[in-house]
Amino acid sequence: MSWKDYIKQNMFPLFTCSGCTHGTVTNAFVRVADELKLDKDKTVIVCAIGCAGRIPTFLDFPVLRVTHGRALAFATGIKLSRPDVKVIALMGDGDALAIGGNHFIHAARRNIDITAIVSRNEIYGMTGGQYAPTTPPGARATTAPYGMLEPAFDTCKVAEGAGATYVARSDAYHVQHLQRTLKAALQHKGFAVVEVLTSCPTQFGRRNNLADPAKMLERIKEMTVTKAQAEKMTPEELAGKFVIGEFVNTSRPELTDIYAQAFAGMGV
Amino acid sequence: MGRSFHIEINTKWCKNCGICLAFCPQKVFTWDEKQRIVISYPEKCTGCLLCEYRCPDLAIEVRKVEEEESHE
Amino acid sequence: MSRRELIQGNEACARGALKAGVRFCAGYPITPSTDVVEFLAQELPKVGGRFIQMEDEIASMGAVLGASVMGVKAMTVTSGPGFDLMQENIAFGAMAQLPCVVVNVQRSGPSTGGATLPAQGDLIQAKYGTSGDSPRIVLYPNSVEEIYRLTVKAFNYAEQYMTPVILLMDEIIGHMREDVDLEAIDVGEIVERRRTNIPPSEYRPYEADETGIPILMPFGSGYRYVVQGMHHDVYGMPNLSAANVEATIYQINSKIDRHKEEIWLWEEKETEDADILLVAVGCVSRSALEVVEQARKRGLKVGLFRPITIWPFPEEPLSQVLARVKAVIVPEMNWGQLIHKVKEVKPDRVAAVPINKYDGTLIMPEEILKVVEEVK
Repeated sequence: MSWKDYIKQNMFPLFTCSGCTHGTVTNAFVRVADELKLDKDKTVIVCAIGCAGRIPTFLDFPVLRVTHGRALAFATGIKLSRPDVKVIALMGDGDALAIGGNHFIHAARRNIDITAIVSRNEIYGMTGGQYAPTTPPGARATTAPYGMLEPAFDTCKVAEGAGATYVARSDAYHVQHLQRTLKAALQHKGFAVVEVLTSCPTQFGRRNNLADPAKMLERIKEMTVTKAQAEKMTPEELAGKFVIGEFVNTSRPELTDIYAQAFAGMGV
Repeated sequence: MGRSFHIEINTKWCKNCGICLAFCPQKVFTWDEKQRIVISYPEKCTGCLLCEYRCPDLAIEVRKVEEEESHE
Repeated sequence: MSRRELIQGNEACARGALKAGVRFCAGYPITPSTDVVEFLAQELPKVGGRFIQMEDEIASMGAVLGASVMGVKAMTVTSGPGFDLMQENIAFGAMAQLPCVVVNVQRSGPSTGGATLPAQGDLIQAKYGTSGDSPRIVLYPNSVEEIYRLTVKAFNYAEQYMTPVILLMDEIIGHMREDVDLEAIDVGEIVERRRTNIPPSEYRPYEADETGIPILMPFGSGYRYVVQGMHHDVYGMPNLSAANVEATIYQINSKIDRHKEEIWLWEEKETEDADILLVAVGCVSRSALEVVEQARKRGLKVGLFRPITIWPFPEEPLSQVLARVKAVIVPEMNWGQLIHKVKEVKPDRVAAVPINKYDGTLIMPEEILKVVEEVK
């Protein structure tokens, strides 16, 4: 087995734009899948709508690609009805946090054993560059022609506040860190969230003087700091920065285990 | 000792985004006249694999060349 | 020995689902349907099943289809406002061809309307509530016993035709109690999902066989493919070519059209010599039955045609009866929904008379009888 066994090679190249680092998340994911020797027939990938939601159809797993934002709702049904199956939800930021925000916080509250990977490209790419709940204030989007007027979500704080038992952030520049983080999340028992900062040169870049894929990725490199670095920085220095690393790695009873215990001895 | 890493770009998958070129610590890659990625200095490759891992199109493979192979 | 007991319609629904083999239910509380999920929350663990109360009806419908893709018989239960929220994922189920049962115990709408007030406002929505063209099988019982039998039937149809099936009820039949022995009811065969032994390497999940219905192997059983709501090819991969889009829409709709005669269920009462036909469903059909009896006593030739399968609408059986009558009366607890189908089917010479009541109370027999006297 190699990482190539986890993709549908005959469907490649990916449909994505040149330099879309959602693909870098896919790259890291399939390498970690290979490293962990994920059983393709005992794993289900759930994804939904948008660029990040379409890429997983190129993975060689059973893939359930659902309505916009609902990946975690469907994933909950999968996991609860078949707890022996590993369930992974691959989502974009608009998918997971805007239209799917309700499902996101409740999956975290339940601590159901699902790995949720959220690719944060800070824009709605597929529909042509509208602002997301992650678009940085001031940035241009087609629906924010005067610059983004709303504040952005801190995905990791949302996940932590809602009760996720593994929460981490990585990015498409620090790829070794990304692989380590995905590996830890996929091995975690409970609801695990990894936010990955990615870049959209076509829809975010073009409107923000960053159309060059390398410049977009350079921006991610510059706006990320490690937890150790962050500790030595003032709030002013941290403004606009993203801390990468693990924020939560804890254990609390997992939902399907709670069910199994509550109903032990009942029925079949 | 000859070069010890072989770099391959799957040109059917590559979209010439230039991420490998921009961030290669050894400046192994260059553009050709048609803005396509070329492996110009493979001998400089140290096998860090960052280009392979960063590639958004899963189009780069770097592998270590065995000693006998490198003497061919 | 008879084990007759007073059973509520909603409970009969839950017990019918268990009889059919339901093993997963996701729901969200909403009056007047909540008794069904309460019963299943109690009973499902005893048969190795699972109930979960989701964060909303969108999530409930999603979780149900998640269980369905794993090969598990799954259902959700709701009422008007929740049914609204479920529409997007009902369409997903129709498009992806995932079986499940959605129970809608209708209440007075629109919007919040009246939680405890009966109505029949969702007859059209049950079929046409979603974007695009997709099929829907909709069943509507009118008694506690029939709720039990049709819940089993709904699961059977879902598995057989690989599509969500809607069981419409209304507040009156959901909360009504009748003296029945459910265990003694013969529900017939329990249909399980079709399986194939085609090896995974040759498997094309969305390639329909001679029945026009695809065989979707449960996820986790060694078959890897994509299930999605986007137009897809036989492997489930996105494909927006004109030929493929046409084939997808044709497949999901024609599989119901071509089997409609097996799906149609209806009841006729005194239709052979009827001059005046009543067409009614659910709680109103019980008043209509009473009217047939009373009218006959007065020497009026009145009959009842009760569609049990609402969608696909039993057009041909109804048109055969309508060919013999002079007038048709359609009492329904809404602004006028069922009557549109009746008008579509009836001969021009037959007058169609609506009785629409939307005050949150049942149409009583005397209200129908009054119209019968006017029409005769």
